[in-house]
Amino acid sequence: MPNMSPNKVPMPHQEPNVRNKNVAEVATGYTLEMAQEEADRCLQCKHKPCVNGCPVGVQIPEFIALIKEGDIEGAYDKIKETNALPAVCGRVCPQEDQCEKLCVRAIKHEAVGIGRLERFVADYHMANGENKIPTIEKNGHKVAVVGAGPAGLTCAGDLAKKGYEVTVYEALHKAGGVLEYGIPEFRLPKAIVSKEVQALKDLGVHMETNMVIGKVFDIDELFEDENEAVFIGSGAGLPNFMKIPGENLNGVFSANEFLTRFNLMKAYDVEADTPIFKGKKVAVVGGGNVAMDAARCAKRLGAEVYIVYRRGTEELPARKEEVEHAMEEGIIFKTLNNPVQVLGDDKGNVSAIECVEMELGEPDESGRRRPVVKEGSNFTLDIDCMIMSIGTSPNPLIHRTTEGLDTNKWGCLIADPKTGATTREGVFAGGDAVTGAATVILAMGAGKEAAQAMDDYIQNK
Amino acid sequence: MYKIVEKERLNPTVTKMVVEAPAIAKKAKAGQFIILRSHEMGERIPLTVADYDRKKGLVTIIYQLVGRSTMLLDNLEVGDAILDFVGPLGVPSHVEGMKRVCVVGGGVGCAIAYPTAKALYDNGTEVTVITGFRNKDLEILRDEFEAVSHHMYTMSDDGTVGEKGLVTNKLQELLDAGEIFDEVIAIGPLVMMKFVCQLTKQYDVKTTVSMNPIMIDGTGMCGCCRLSVNNEMKFACVDGPDFDGHQVDFDEAIARSRQYADFEAKACEKDCHLFHKEVR
Repeated sequence: MPNMSPNKVPMPHQEPNVRNKNVAEVATGYTLEMAQEEADRCLQCKHKPCVNGCPVGVQIPEFIALIKEGDIEGAYDKIKETNALPAVCGRVCPQEDQCEKLCVRAIKHEAVGIGRLERFVADYHMANGENKIPTIEKNGHKVAVVGAGPAGLTCAGDLAKKGYEVTVYEALHKAGGVLEYGIPEFRLPKAIVSKEVQALKDLGVHMETNMVIGKVFDIDELFEDENEAVFIGSGAGLPNFMKIPGENLNGVFSANEFLTRFNLMKAYDVEADTPIFKGKKVAVVGGGNVAMDAARCAKRLGAEVYIVYRRGTEELPARKEEVEHAMEEGIIFKTLNNPVQVLGDDKGNVSAIECVEMELGEPDESGRRRPVVKEGSNFTLDIDCMIMSIGTSPNPLIHRTTEGLDTNKWGCLIADPKTGATTREGVFAGGDAVTGAATVILAMGAGKEAAQAMDDYIQNK
Repeated sequence: MYKIVEKERLNPTVTKMVVEAPAIAKKAKAGQFIILRSHEMGERIPLTVADYDRKKGLVTIIYQLVGRSTMLLDNLEVGDAILDFVGPLGVPSHVEGMKRVCVVGGGVGCAIAYPTAKALYDNGTEVTVITGFRNKDLEILRDEFEAVSHHMYTMSDDGTVGEKGLVTNKLQELLDAGEIFDEVIAIGPLVMMKFVCQLTKQYDVKTTVSMNPIMIDGTGMCGCCRLSVNNEMKFACVDGPDFDGHQVDFDEAIARSRQYADFEAKACEKDCHLFHKEVR
């Protein structure tokens, strides 16, 4: 008889008023007992609806059954068959919109905690498991991957498993992409990212950091270097600004800059040489996951933090869990507010933002209710730091230096949604470089599909 | 890791380093820069490619000791390696199709001006060089500039080398004497570039400046290096670092360059007292 409890086994957490002063992980993870108790909630459905919700097709009931039997290493191997980064996915996937949304238990009660179980298995393996280095027979073909984010790492892992000689080119000094520079330590410890990257290196993937493709090599040169296909997973790292007066004042940052300093450069650490601006009153503009991350980082640097968002609380695009965590940690939400200009002092430092109040009108093309300015509602909010988190676009560096690689009007690479094939033969693409800013798991799904398509392309050439 | 094969002190605060980086050496052009990180907890700092040897795979950087990171870099010796060395970044300087150009270099900015002067000279442009230093001890690259210029003038604040005065004094003198330049290229401290631009605007001479804002990644993903050019937001790392000097908002750039002054002073005082030797 399975565990028929309507709710998930609770996830142990650091207390909000403790964690908002440190960078340690918020959720501390299941014990083996908790994991087995939660695994027992899975009904082992024959038709496995949960698997259809997973962009990389993890065999969910199978790995959960292995947890129940106490074979955690077996569960790990099962997940790894289809997912290159389980410790990451278990933490950052929006499971409520994916695997857990389709869970049969979710019809009446809470879904099985699939993400929590995946995380448990990966963490357990990292702590206790042996690192088995698989023997893979090389197939004699060579491929290149541009960008070591979730899309590129997944694509590289899958191709390496198929026997390809894979080289990943990464512009920054560390592999991981947004996992390294964007998502904060307290949501995704960097030691875990490093271990996942190491696991790929153990598969034989060559990781070349400090390589800005489009500058040091272009795509043509990668083909001259005997690569038979190239995957572009360069992400959407170009920050958007609001185009309002005062955005270049000191103390105004893109979320990318603020998070890169905090996460990649570890600017919160007294030992780090990279400085970070420690505001006293910080306004984070935007309502997505990146805005929540930036706000919670600023809080940990000791600031009073506001989220300024032009729609309502219901419309916040961030995961519900992240919004709740931010609220618990003392972030102040100023929804239905929008900045119209940034005000500065005589030294060029930001001193306040002028905002207007908004109300929601009719739904727009995106289906969301359009925010409309309330006339005469202007007010100022005194702040000394502003973090712009209103989205990012793909970086134009690669398509500007590659002939025959077409983009759409948003600068996203045009690629077949099934295979990732671009307008240039032998070049595949996936992740945010194609879709614009989306999620880690969608990027991984695209990397996985492109790996299959690249294999088909090379084998049938 | 990127091996240091040569290190030379050019003056008490400026050092030249030659680094093994074949892929960068193969691609680098005048006006481009690299970003380096010397140790694990180190920051990423941008430095111009001062020279390169494509055959030997070597890249030359020249840096001034201004704070903690340049001090730590300066602790490395020949045979040591730099942890991270990324490039070539930025858009190469435009050096084609110009008949007469005046290159103005101020202080350590001369290290950035040199490859541009050389590229122009190699393209058959008549090159006039004006360099400026606080005093004789701080002069760098004299022989190098002489080899790539048709006319060369050196200025110093105290007259201990070349003529006493500012680079703008000499430039104005040349312009008043009727010299015609297709373009003036000014590279040095922001204040110097600002005054060169104010001067050349009066004479209606096109002026290019190489901007040096704070950078982190250097690949266009953060906007830390943004500046206003013709009232539009530009990222110096990918749109520049060269811009039309008459369109740059220098006052804003100067304010932005001081953003971390307090932190930098503290970081420096903490473990090095050389800060007091700083030369601007």
